[in-house]
Amino acid sequence: MSQINRLEGGQIDRSRMLNFTFDGKSYQGYAGDTLASALLANNVRLMGRSFKYHRPRGVLTAGSEEPNAIMELRDGARQEPNTRATTAELFDGLTAKSQNKIGSLRFDLMAINDRFSNFLTAGFYYKTFMWPAAFWEKVYEPIIRKAAGLGSISFQDDPDEYDRGFLHCDLLIIGAGPSGLAAALTAGRAGAQVILADEDYTMGGRLNSERFSLTDQSGAEWAAKTVKELAELPNVRVMARTTILGAFDHGIYGALERVSDHLALPEAGKPRQILWRIYTKRSLLCAGATERPIAFENNDRPGIMLAGAMRSYANRWAVTAAQNVAIFTNNDDGHKTAADLHSAGVQVAAVIDIRQDAPQSLDYEVIAGGRITNSRGRLGLTSVEVLLPDGSTRRLPCGALGVSGGWNPNVHLTSHHRGRPVWNDEIAAFCPPEECPSGLTVAGAALGNFTTAGALASGVSQANEVLESLGIKQNKIVVPQAEDGLVNMTPFWYVQGSSRAWLDQQNDVTVKDVKLSHQENFISVEHLKRYTTLGMATDQGKTSNMGGLAIMAELTGKTIPEVGTTIFRPPYTPTAIGAFAGRDRGTGFRPTRKTPSHAWAEEKGAVFVEVGMWLRAQWFPQAGESHWRQSVDREVLATRNSVGICDVTTLGKIDVQGADAAAFLNKVYCNGFAKLATGKTRYGLMLREDGIAMDDGTAARLAEDHFVVTTTTANAVSVFRHMEFARQCLWPDLDVQLISTTEAWAQYAVAGPNARKLLQKVVDSKFDLSNEAFPFMACANVTVCGGLRARLFRISFSGELAFEIAVPTRYGDAMIRRLMQAGEEFEAVAYGTEALGVMRIEKGHAAGNELNGTTSAVNLGMGRMVSKKKDSIGSTLSERSGLNTDDALKLIGLRPVDVKNPVPAGSHLITRGDPVDAAHDQGYVTSACYSPNLGYSIALAYLKSGDSRKGEILRLVSPLTGFDHEVEVVSAHFIDPEGERLRA
Amino acid sequence: MHNLTVTTALGGTEQRIDMHGPITLSEEPGYALASVAARKGGERATTLAIRRLIGPAAPKPGHIAGDKVTAFWTGPDQWMLEAPYDSHETLFEQATAEVKGKASVTEQTGGWCRFDLRGVGLAAVLERLCPINMTTFQPGDATRSSIDHLGCFVICRALEHISILGPRSSAASLHHALLTAMRSAY
Repeated sequence: MSQINRLEGGQIDRSRMLNFTFDGKSYQGYAGDTLASALLANNVRLMGRSFKYHRPRGVLTAGSEEPNAIMELRDGARQEPNTRATTAELFDGLTAKSQNKIGSLRFDLMAINDRFSNFLTAGFYYKTFMWPAAFWEKVYEPIIRKAAGLGSISFQDDPDEYDRGFLHCDLLIIGAGPSGLAAALTAGRAGAQVILADEDYTMGGRLNSERFSLTDQSGAEWAAKTVKELAELPNVRVMARTTILGAFDHGIYGALERVSDHLALPEAGKPRQILWRIYTKRSLLCAGATERPIAFENNDRPGIMLAGAMRSYANRWAVTAAQNVAIFTNNDDGHKTAADLHSAGVQVAAVIDIRQDAPQSLDYEVIAGGRITNSRGRLGLTSVEVLLPDGSTRRLPCGALGVSGGWNPNVHLTSHHRGRPVWNDEIAAFCPPEECPSGLTVAGAALGNFTTAGALASGVSQANEVLESLGIKQNKIVVPQAEDGLVNMTPFWYVQGSSRAWLDQQNDVTVKDVKLSHQENFISVEHLKRYTTLGMATDQGKTSNMGGLAIMAELTGKTIPEVGTTIFRPPYTPTAIGAFAGRDRGTGFRPTRKTPSHAWAEEKGAVFVEVGMWLRAQWFPQAGESHWRQSVDREVLATRNSVGICDVTTLGKIDVQGADAAAFLNKVYCNGFAKLATGKTRYGLMLREDGIAMDDGTAARLAEDHFVVTTTTANAVSVFRHMEFARQCLWPDLDVQLISTTEAWAQYAVAGPNARKLLQKVVDSKFDLSNEAFPFMACANVTVCGGLRARLFRISFSGELAFEIAVPTRYGDAMIRRLMQAGEEFEAVAYGTEALGVMRIEKGHAAGNELNGTTSAVNLGMGRMVSKKKDSIGSTLSERSGLNTDDALKLIGLRPVDVKNPVPAGSHLITRGDPVDAAHDQGYVTSACYSPNLGYSIALAYLKSGDSRKGEILRLVSPLTGFDHEVEVVSAHFIDPEGERLRA
Repeated sequence: MHNLTVTTALGGTEQRIDMHGPITLSEEPGYALASVAARKGGERATTLAIRRLIGPAAPKPGHIAGDKVTAFWTGPDQWMLEAPYDSHETLFEQATAEVKGKASVTEQTGGWCRFDLRGVGLAAVLERLCPINMTTFQPGDATRSSIDHLGCFVICRALEHISILGPRSSAASLHHALLTAMRSAY
């Protein structure tokens, strides 16, 4: 028996039958159904278990405010917990599972909690898990963690893509009900750039849920026609399935578009969702209103729902929750539900209206002045207990109950900038604050205007106000005639005498819990929320807050506005973390930078390492090499014995030009640059303002007014930024221009005794590379390979005779191939960053490990480089006494006493005989490697008074790794200390 | 004449072209770039030099001007010159000669990769990439924006033709971002 609760009519497509499963059982629904409407059609009222007491729960609403019918949708990696069945569009093959249960939904073992409800009251955790203290970590916390939460996650990577984007408009209209559509039509026809967004997949809001007409057509027909017209206007963007999540600063709104959630799988290349950032001059909130329940004893049984939702199910989805329904109301709107369901052929058992003067009906019984005091039915409603005006009670059999306690304007976004909603006695509800986010105004039911005619009119008038403020000519539109009935409502929050009357069905907060909160002096609305959890979790109390506030008001003798509300914060509805991440995950988390020789290095089997987003070749394994050290040792030895080539494009290159270029560099480097001759390169050290070493590199003077500064790879951006700051802010009067040329040149280091011979085969012969013509630290513009412009620098990081040759990047790939080809006769090798590191440690050159943000020029052994003849950034503060103590750390070399031992970085140095503690710490190892040239491990280290301790034997200890052995203090220059090789 | 072969930013020897929906994405390796920044006191002379190089007046902030040689504004008294590589390989030398010491000129050809998007409905792609207001972005507009963490220049050359210049070393990342946005939009 399928879809026994399906009625006639509705806005579903009966020609498209869809199959789906719930807890493994197969059902059918129609295109246009939500999961909730399809389940109700199949007479499934039990849809979940409550959070704390595991009570059986069914659907309460027909929208995004749903607290109960939350489920796990889909399987495998796409499984998503806590999804509202009321907003999930049905598609063929949808699988849904109930959650928060042990065993089956019908027989949840955790339902035992309900029996212990007297113990599991508000504040249960705070009172119970106090002692013994030792139990907290090992016993209590794991239990609480296991009990917390509702659905479960797959623990697999999300296979879907999420996108993001940016939109601009004059007017953002939030909500496409009667007021939103009227506003969009007004502004759209006037020519304003309009975005109309609605979280529903069918626009129209309540117009799709009602039976009344707009002039001569149904509300749904008018909505569809209007949306069609709007979609055809080039200046209007209609965005269904799009929730405006929050109002942010300066007219920026977050919007989540669910692109593929209504499909079994996203189309190829399409994201699941898009998070839009909308920049708008003005915005109009037309978010409608949310119906509020009335609390009574056991008001949470499956089958008990909001009356407006019951009407939506009947009118829009042609579904009734049961064949025999009752209504409990404090207002005329509840009677509309009864009338509509009666018209649809559903038996209305009675309308129980708390008002003595309730409107009567000829079609069904109306119990004026009645109250519902209890309900029955273990897994679904079977009857309600009615307290009649004469004091007697009556049991009224029914399978579903529609409850209406009035409506609350959806003011959430108006409060996102901490605006406090204002109480309106006429509708007994909070309305938008006077201070909304800048540029935001409100129309329709969100403003408290609950009639359709009122909503349409306010949409038009608010849109015209916006047009006027934007200087756009207003447009007169004719809105259809619509119902304009007064809202007759008598505030009524809960039935006196009830204790287990549910206010917050998602968090299992009852009237009794609010009373307990008050009794224990948690009376501030913020305390009430934290103590009872009222209004927390996925629904953020959209249907529950008002009840709690009203009861607290009553208990404290205050009015509801005096009690106040908690602050609404974004996001308006739950949002997948993936949507916030967008494309910024995996390889999209940050861009990759590839060197010009990348493809060639890949061909050679290079192992890459990420340095400052660059992928650099770490080493190039060759056949027979099974360990990285074999490759690195070979590369180092081959370079020192003949020649090696390394891609150094990644080092930052900054073009410095201008009449004052030399003066500028003289200020940013601590050592002198003013007198550097054209055609020469100089090592330079930059200090931070506080005197600590920032970065080192070289500056080559290509012309009187033209330098090229190099930086370390990792600091390229920060050094450029630092120099730009200095140029623009510190010395704006200097004539100097900076631009990065890091990527404009492919640059290769050619190092080793045969470097010159190799380059002579590549650099055009008219350029003399002899030591006399092109000595150490020379630089020049040259041509290579028969005329290609290039730059040549004679600088050396390895300590060998070395050059760096730079060519335009587009020739970088060709150049590495040409260099390797030219080097064949010298058995040239390509070397990676590991060999580069080994050679610079062997040479005693500082790098990032030594320039670690805590060390000065004195520590680096470069104290005398800081020129006293000029002022430069950091030079004054580098003279601080604390940086110049007699026992200051000095960069030294270390070798193990027993050459079999390593000298690992991070180890600390202790004088022999001293205890191993911080007080006796003498220094630490910064860089370490195995030197294939020396045949043992070596290291660079900072040691107190290190420059005067050469030859001393120290204890090297690393409590973390267990190393504890002796090392000897030696010069940091392990190879060629006199520098003969690099000057050869 | 040297005999080294050219590699495009994506690592090929030919430009890469991708088509999806109404949009064509093409790698454009065939352009030379040179930055021009006026020196102190040389501001007016620099604008005049740019005019001599491109034809029309040096573009104002947010704009591009010129025909075969174009210039777009990159900062106060700073522009980027662009011209076909084959005919203007040494564009920077031409510019250096023209500014006569009144501006600093730097070759930037290898610093950037250029991708062109052509087709109807480019806004749908661009609005997934950067916060530029595509309802007002017109031919002749050129601006700087961040695309997937990359600082890029976005240039509207015609109604259905937009160029994106990004850092050359990240060409593959930028290309991936552009393709992803095209597939998301169409």
